[in-house]
Amino acid sequence: MSNFLAHYGGEIAELTVEHLWLTGAAMLFAAVLAIPAGIWLTRKPQWARPVIAVTNVLQTIPSLAMFGFLLPLPWLGERAARIAIVALAAYALLPILRNTYAGICGIDPAVLEVARAIGLTGRQRLLMVELPLAASFIFAGLRTATVTCIGIATIAAAVGAGGLGELIFRGVASVDNRLVLAGAIPAALLALAADGLLGLLERRFKVPAA
Amino acid sequence: MQKIEKSEGSPAIALSDVSVTTPQRRLLLDHVSLTCDAGTTTVILGRSGSGKTTLLRTINGMIAASSGQIKVRSVDVQTADLTQLRRGIGYVIQETGLFPHFTIERNVGVVLEAIDRPRNDRIQRIRELLAAVGLDPASFAGRYPHQLSGGQRQRVGLARALAADPPILLMDEPFGALDPLTRAEMQDLLRNLLSRMRKTIVLVTHDVDEALYLADRIVLLQEGRLVTRVSPQEFLNSSAPEVAVFLRAYRRGARQMRSEINT
Repeated sequence: MSNFLAHYGGEIAELTVEHLWLTGAAMLFAAVLAIPAGIWLTRKPQWARPVIAVTNVLQTIPSLAMFGFLLPLPWLGERAARIAIVALAAYALLPILRNTYAGICGIDPAVLEVARAIGLTGRQRLLMVELPLAASFIFAGLRTATVTCIGIATIAAAVGAGGLGELIFRGVASVDNRLVLAGAIPAALLALAADGLLGLLERRFKVPAA
Repeated sequence: MQKIEKSEGSPAIALSDVSVTTPQRRLLLDHVSLTCDAGTTTVILGRSGSGKTTLLRTINGMIAASSGQIKVRSVDVQTADLTQLRRGIGYVIQETGLFPHFTIERNVGVVLEAIDRPRNDRIQRIRELLAAVGLDPASFAGRYPHQLSGGQRQRVGLARALAADPPILLMDEPFGALDPLTRAEMQDLLRNLLSRMRKTIVLVTHDVDEALYLADRIVLLQEGRLVTRVSPQEFLNSSAPEVAVFLRAYRRGARQMRSEINT
């Protein structure tokens, strides 16, 4: 066992960092897209259904198929990491978008009415009232998305994007359970850590009902 | 009915021939004309669904009139910069709409924050206001709305509405959710404040007693139409059937007791 760790320790650490970078970049992209989109949907609620439906469909695409679809595309297909990040971001869109939208829609209408009636500008209402009050929801969406993506990112090794999936695939191919666990355990720990950290933020921004 | 009396200058609020129709073509306000003189309190009385709140909300442009004209201190609401207009009009509603994530201090000062008043000025003003509505600044400034009782929250709502010293205050059933004793305290507080500062108030209620107690003018709405606009004294003495309905429902308990004693 110690022999195994001595041999693979460096590689596990390296792949863990790679795994984190893939998921982190994907989450960043997804957040930059989905949070503003979620806000926009609260202004144009007639678009909420169709847009959420599209992101919903994205979620149902099996991950292996998704990586396969992206492979032949120009630019994207050149680097496996690009494919992985785009695919992971696509999966992360729905939870973030839905929670941003639901978080803002769930704000007490009296609070929003007063914010308007006392002469806050649209920007002030968004920054001072809507986003802070929806923050807990948005973090919950980010948490779900991150945990899901850390799991799916292991599949990205199938297209050569690296990450902890690499050890899992190698372990499966060589029927070596130690290798499978060497990929699976750190991935699970990453997911737990992300869950805990974002859960902390989620609770930090929770607003007690009046 | 009673005609509008003469007053110096233009009225603080003037609605002429205002109608509001919903997109579903339901008529909420039916050709209402009304003026409120500066420094007076106008109480709008009516049943639920009579258009009271709609009328109030046309004044600060929260609801757009379908026809007619609304002027607030000679500014036409339909063409006004609504953000600027609303900053000059205090707004108090039954649900208070306090920001749950702000401390009491920040809630009271939010309008001042929005207009970039320096922080030290704000804090000074917030303290004055909290004291004016009967809340000890030292113990309340740092609390959050959910830590306050309904009456205390309504006091904070009133302080917030007064923060930028607006000449006009719109109040939509401000004390409707409070128990009768707390409501009476708040009515006294409001009267007390008004005796010290000159504000034009439009207050919506369905409480006849509140209307008689606070109003310079009582406006009665029925199905979107303005039925009458009279002084409290005239309201009490009115023989109009629409008014009589309200007066019959008012203080029934006491009247019944009296009639039982007399028989």
